[in-house]
Amino acid sequence: MSKPIPEEEYRKKPLTRLLQWVGGEIDPFLETMETQKQQNQKPNERLIRKHRRDLDTVISMVHDQKHNKVYKLFRRFYKVASVVCCLALIAMLLTAVSYLPPVGAADNPSSNEVAAKYIEDGLQDTGAVNIVTGMILDYRAFDTFGESNVLFIATCTVLILLRSDKKKDKRQEEAEQRREQHYEPKDDSILQRITFLLFPIIVIYGIYVILNGHISPGGGFSGGAIIGAGLILYANAFGFEKLNRFFTEKTYKWISFVSLSFYCLAKSYSFFTGANHLESGIPLGEAGAILSSGLILPLNICVGLVVACTMYAFYTLFRKGGF
Amino acid sequence: MKLVQNVPFFCIMLSMFSGTISSVLPGKWARRLNVVMISLVTGMTLWLLQYLVGSGIGSYTYMMGHFPAPWGNELRVGLLEVVVALFFSVIMLLSLLGGRKKLDGEVEATKHNIYYILCNLLLSSLLALVYTNDLFTAYVFVEINTIAACGLIMIRQNGRCIEAAVRYMIMSLLGSGLLLLSICMIYDLTGHLLMENIQQQIRVIMEAGTYRIPMLIIIGILTVGLAIKSALFPFHSWVPDAYGYSTVSSGAILSSLVSKGYIFLLFKVFYRVIGFQHIADSHILNLLFLFGLCGMIFGSASAIWEKDIRRMIAFSSVAQIGYIYMGLGLGTEAGVIAAIFHVLVHGATKSLLFVSAIGLTDVSGGSRSFFEITGSAYRNKAAGVGFLVASLSMVGIPVFSGFVSKLLFAEAAVLVPNWKLFPTLIVLAISTVLNAIYFLKTIVRIYTPVKQEEIRAKGYFELKFPEQKLYCVTIFLFVLVNLILGMASQPIIALITEGLHHFA
Repeated sequence: MSKPIPEEEYRKKPLTRLLQWVGGEIDPFLETMETQKQQNQKPNERLIRKHRRDLDTVISMVHDQKHNKVYKLFRRFYKVASVVCCLALIAMLLTAVSYLPPVGAADNPSSNEVAAKYIEDGLQDTGAVNIVTGMILDYRAFDTFGESNVLFIATCTVLILLRSDKKKDKRQEEAEQRREQHYEPKDDSILQRITFLLFPIIVIYGIYVILNGHISPGGGFSGGAIIGAGLILYANAFGFEKLNRFFTEKTYKWISFVSLSFYCLAKSYSFFTGANHLESGIPLGEAGAILSSGLILPLNICVGLVVACTMYAFYTLFRKGGF
Repeated sequence: MKLVQNVPFFCIMLSMFSGTISSVLPGKWARRLNVVMISLVTGMTLWLLQYLVGSGIGSYTYMMGHFPAPWGNELRVGLLEVVVALFFSVIMLLSLLGGRKKLDGEVEATKHNIYYILCNLLLSSLLALVYTNDLFTAYVFVEINTIAACGLIMIRQNGRCIEAAVRYMIMSLLGSGLLLLSICMIYDLTGHLLMENIQQQIRVIMEAGTYRIPMLIIIGILTVGLAIKSALFPFHSWVPDAYGYSTVSSGAILSSLVSKGYIFLLFKVFYRVIGFQHIADSHILNLLFLFGLCGMIFGSASAIWEKDIRRMIAFSSVAQIGYIYMGLGLGTEAGVIAAIFHVLVHGATKSLLFVSAIGLTDVSGGSRSFFEITGSAYRNKAAGVGFLVASLSMVGIPVFSGFVSKLLFAEAAVLVPNWKLFPTLIVLAISTVLNAIYFLKTIVRIYTPVKQEEIRAKGYFELKFPEQKLYCVTIFLFVLVNLILGMASQPIIALITEGLHHFA
């Protein structure tokens, strides 16, 4: 027999609150979460009419579709030609694929001495248990250096396009802040609580993936992507202001500068000694240990930092045009 | 291995590293670093050229790292590569110097260092494309090249530039995609990425006759991919906006270097990956020949209609790219040598045209309209001389470089053993006349005197030597390069010929 309890206590019980919430009697987030009422937007007739008129003028001035026979013909030709070109390309590529050797067959041309050496001598040559990491960061490190520069230059172009460097006066700044507040995340307690739990785990997992890149599947690119995703989650939950306490444009600039410079210098040393048949003097260490496989671990860390920063930089640039 | 043999590696790494450093420098220091870097690269490449010529070593391979070729990366250095690399770095330096003064007005001051990052990485990717002996490395640097070129177009942030950059990006990515697909299929059929090994395997495949159809498709999409990226005739729609509206230096670099990097890669693929014999058997050369001829005529015709001087120069690029592909399409050694020489000629001349055209428009109230630049050569004499020299060279007047390449094309056409003789000669003649029409009418216009009152009424001003020292020196150096190519062409052609023998 359960003992009777007062009604007030009964109302506070989690099960009761859940049942009430399901029944639609209360809203548990009503006072804990910042919300905004939806505004009824009145269509501005005058503006709409003006816009329509402008559009008509532009269309009639740019291409008078009704009376321009050449244009009409061109449009039709363009549509037909694009479909024909695409179909021809598809047919050509499918034909080519149908002739290629079957995937994974033992006597494929691609299973030759190159792949065999990677598999057989990879551990001995590079000290990395994960052969893929050994390949991209030691055998073919030049390509990977190029790839990390691709990321770097991609952020540069996004910086050109989206970073707004114009000096703003006070009114513009205020207007921008208001706009930002409108679109910025509200103090969403669910998101914040879950981020609070997940963020450290995500970052630690990312670090784990980077540091174990030469031992288990993973490496700089995947680990960096994980950390970058964590940073984006954090920015979404707590806003940029809190994130800017430990990650600003300056941090980004210096992290990518230091890691790319280290990558460049370390690999230059390794290329130079290799090409001139000198001993590099970098110990490979004991296979399977964290501190092993020569330059691969530090390079993985560099790549990871660059990737994480790039991911976050893309996000913040697209979001608000700056850090 | 001697120290001088490390030069290609030093050059590539130096330009990449200076790109990284520029990211933390203010614009002014990034600019200085850029000049120092390109000068160092030029100097070192000269040293390497001297070594190669002096020692008689035609070519050697350079191991990038501790692992030999099919496992690790490899560079390959030969006479032809070194000549082209030297030329690329010189033209890059001159183009940047020529457009430096305009850059302040064209690009936001806070983004100047990004501009130099893009230039440094672009140079590194061009050098890597020239030196690499590995097909996948080539693709990685094609990526860098594409993104850098896009950035160079859109860094001048007005509507036309963004539109041009989007167009360039779409076309260029289509080209990259086709290139990547063909590299994947080549790997699938041969199991190699190193150029020599691929060529060996392809010889075996072709003799066995097992994979004829996929090989044909691979050659096709690879050629089309690179042709799109280098603006061969039917794929040239992105050219006028991309070259015409970007900053001066960008326009010069894009037209004279970026497209040439892809063309050099195409030469490399034809000679060192697939083998020129198989390429000739596949009839793709005939296609390139026809498109080249069409480009020569249609590019020039579009340039004649154009009322905007920079777009006119851009259309002229389409015609000149047509010349290069026409030479390649002849399928003989003489044709290829002429094409390579024209790569140098066009690079040197087109960048001079862009740089001098900006001097002319500057003294005409910034208007690029054809009618406004009347008499501008008197207001800015250096730019006028530069434009004159470049135009005469493009038309093919003796003494200037364009004449030599046209002569080489004609000689190659006469020696060609099949039906290509007459089409080449006829189209060459027509194209020369068309070139003459639009270049000479521009020259006449800029040297037509205008009354002083009219100049004053429009608010035009004169630019003299003390106000633009660097610009004048740059124009002088450009003219010098042009004259060297035009008057001392024999040693250069001899170098190219010998380089081509080692190249194959």
